[in-house]
Amino acid sequence: MNTVTLDPAGCPSGLAPPSQSEAADPSPFVRRVGRENRLSLSVRGAKCGACLARIENAVAALPGVASARLNLSSGRLDVSWTGDMPAMRISEAISNIGYGVAPLDTNAGDAAHKKEEQSLLLAMGVAGFATANIMLLSVSVWGGHDEMGEATRQGLHAVSGIIALPTLIFSGRPFFSSAWNVLKRRRTNMDVPISLALILAFSVSVAETIRGGEHAYFDAACMLLFFLLIGRFLDARVRRRAYSAARDLAALASRTVTRISAGGTYTSVRSEDIRPGDRIMLAPGERAVVDMVIETGESEVDESLVTGESLPRFSAPGMALMAGSINLSQPLVGKATAASSDSLLSDIGRMLEAGEQKRSTYRRIADRAVSLYVPLVHSTALLTFLGWWLSGLGLRESILIAVSTLIITCPCALALAAPVVQVVAAGRLFRGGAYLKSGDALERIAACDHIIFDKTGTLTLGTPRLIADDLPAGLIPAAAQLARASRHPLSRALTLAAGAGPVASMAKEYPGLGLEGEIDGVTCRLGSADWTGAKATGHSGATLFFARGSEPPMELRFEDNIQAGAASTIARLRKLGMGVEIVSGDRAEAVAEVAHSLGVPHWTAAASPKEKVQRLEQLQADGRHVLMVGDGLNDAGALALAHASAAPGGALDVSQSASDAVYSGGLGALPLLVRTARKARIVMLQNFGFAAAYNLVAVPIAVLGYATPLVAAIAMSGSSLIVCLNALRLNIASEKLA
Amino acid sequence: MSGLLFLIPIALAMGFAGLAAFIWSVRTGQFEDPDGAANRILISPDLPLADNRD
Repeated sequence: MNTVTLDPAGCPSGLAPPSQSEAADPSPFVRRVGRENRLSLSVRGAKCGACLARIENAVAALPGVASARLNLSSGRLDVSWTGDMPAMRISEAISNIGYGVAPLDTNAGDAAHKKEEQSLLLAMGVAGFATANIMLLSVSVWGGHDEMGEATRQGLHAVSGIIALPTLIFSGRPFFSSAWNVLKRRRTNMDVPISLALILAFSVSVAETIRGGEHAYFDAACMLLFFLLIGRFLDARVRRRAYSAARDLAALASRTVTRISAGGTYTSVRSEDIRPGDRIMLAPGERAVVDMVIETGESEVDESLVTGESLPRFSAPGMALMAGSINLSQPLVGKATAASSDSLLSDIGRMLEAGEQKRSTYRRIADRAVSLYVPLVHSTALLTFLGWWLSGLGLRESILIAVSTLIITCPCALALAAPVVQVVAAGRLFRGGAYLKSGDALERIAACDHIIFDKTGTLTLGTPRLIADDLPAGLIPAAAQLARASRHPLSRALTLAAGAGPVASMAKEYPGLGLEGEIDGVTCRLGSADWTGAKATGHSGATLFFARGSEPPMELRFEDNIQAGAASTIARLRKLGMGVEIVSGDRAEAVAEVAHSLGVPHWTAAASPKEKVQRLEQLQADGRHVLMVGDGLNDAGALALAHASAAPGGALDVSQSASDAVYSGGLGALPLLVRTARKARIVMLQNFGFAAAYNLVAVPIAVLGYATPLVAAIAMSGSSLIVCLNALRLNIASEKLA
Repeated sequence: MSGLLFLIPIALAMGFAGLAAFIWSVRTGQFEDPDGAANRILISPDLPLADNRD
């Protein structure tokens, strides 16, 4: 029997780092179905088959679990169990083996997206089936052009028609209903000419079949439907993927809150259920999801996501605590001042709205192409009909030629041009660690020529690092004995530098001041200059002092840890012709240091959310297109207002939902994002060029009456194929770049 | 020509069989987790080795 040694944590293949976050209690999200409990969780960090087995086995080993199934593509884990095992144990079992886990709200809009995608896939399958079978019959009609008897041809056309009718009704619904909806509002979109072409082609073909005519366009109608549905399906898939990526990342933010009832019992509830005035307990390490006022407890609070300040703030009763802050040292009890939906700072909310409005006025390249295209095609078909009719051709023949014009110009290639490029680009970016949140994001990112970075959490890790050069020997191990007792980021950094070791006896933390404890019988202190009786020095970053007994205190200096690869990322962005700038809410010294070490001459420090937006507007007034990269609540307004924006995967969910792309796995994804977007835009424009060139050739043929069903079939599939192959080129090109 | 009378229905029936299989696989969620399905075939439960001596 072979023994399996399991890695301590995380994905055994090393594709994702182990998660260190603590699991939130998912019990409010448990659904009861009969005697069974069901829970859906979002699992982060599962990348390979071994992860799949580890997670499913860990959960299945819990008492009463009937089934545990992980969807590796979406990271969704469905668990069902009987008995009274608390749901928290499932979360713990997963976080213990090193994966991030959060409850997933199954009532969310995902079901609608999934249903839309599924019905499009079914419609596409049916259209594909019909196209293949009708083509089988059509090929025999074309092949037996002169020899086939009229009765046989009519019979084959009739069978084609019998297949085409249900197909048209079933697979054509997405187009018909969308066309009808816009027509009711007296507007038009791409679906109007599509629906018209489909209906006319089918009716003319039915008339021709009954009359025993030579040409029926059943195959063309079904093929049109098939190609168009491929484009539609790909579009829906991109949107759903982006949606679920954003939702999964948002789900990882804490969504359960510990509420204290009037009787003093603690219950875990959904953050949506918190009302203003509720009393809340915030455990150390927990993130506040609602604004609150502290009633009891003193602690240090990390507000880096809210204000951009990299060092924690001391919080005491009576002080306000913003949603998004993380409690570091002691449990806090407070009163909620707003419901979670109102907890965002109101001016940031307004800025977000303004940004959304601006976004919705952006018109996609595809939409602009359609608005030019629709009137052109319709008038061409109409003129063709009038021209032939007035020049003495019969009514029936004239209609037939006009309809064949409408079919052959129908925007197959146009409908595929943009979605195929988006799918290929999104897939490429997905492998590179970036998720697109909308289809037009690519187009907007491609236009950007200036990039603004937030500092904390974006360019830097947001966690300090000890400068360990020329420190006296023995200082770090001694100081670490005290630091191990604390959650303060500076203590964590010190512990990280020292490694594992003992904890000082009787270590006690005094929020806002420092730590005190006994090492080898000597009372030692670690903390601020005041706490240890030292004089502050001129170091620009954060400092700690360590004092053993009555010896003079010794200084420990820290620097903000710059993200790996930040300098090379900025150099690569410059090479792409982008202006680089840092705008941060942090202290001037801290920003200056990062800007200097990264070689960025333009930087702004201590910028409020409003000032960030003002800087953006100023740049936009100068005609620059700005790509904003940030993670905090203080960046959300700027993210929403920028021409395009990106947020790191660890960002607050507001920031993620305000941005166009979310990236994980480091800043290296940003140059890839910009380059892929620019390349995608070029390929997209090429595709529209192909579609236009195709029409330049096809329209004269059709107008002159030479567009037999055979010509239509070859022209339509040929142009669609060219467009798809051209889009795939993007994959090869970006593979080479990377 | 009479061959068409049964050949066309056979061809259509085969097409329908394929379509039915496709509809079934969409309805039962076979396309839900392509990554997981690819990995699942590699997972085998760690059972004790069977006794081969008898």
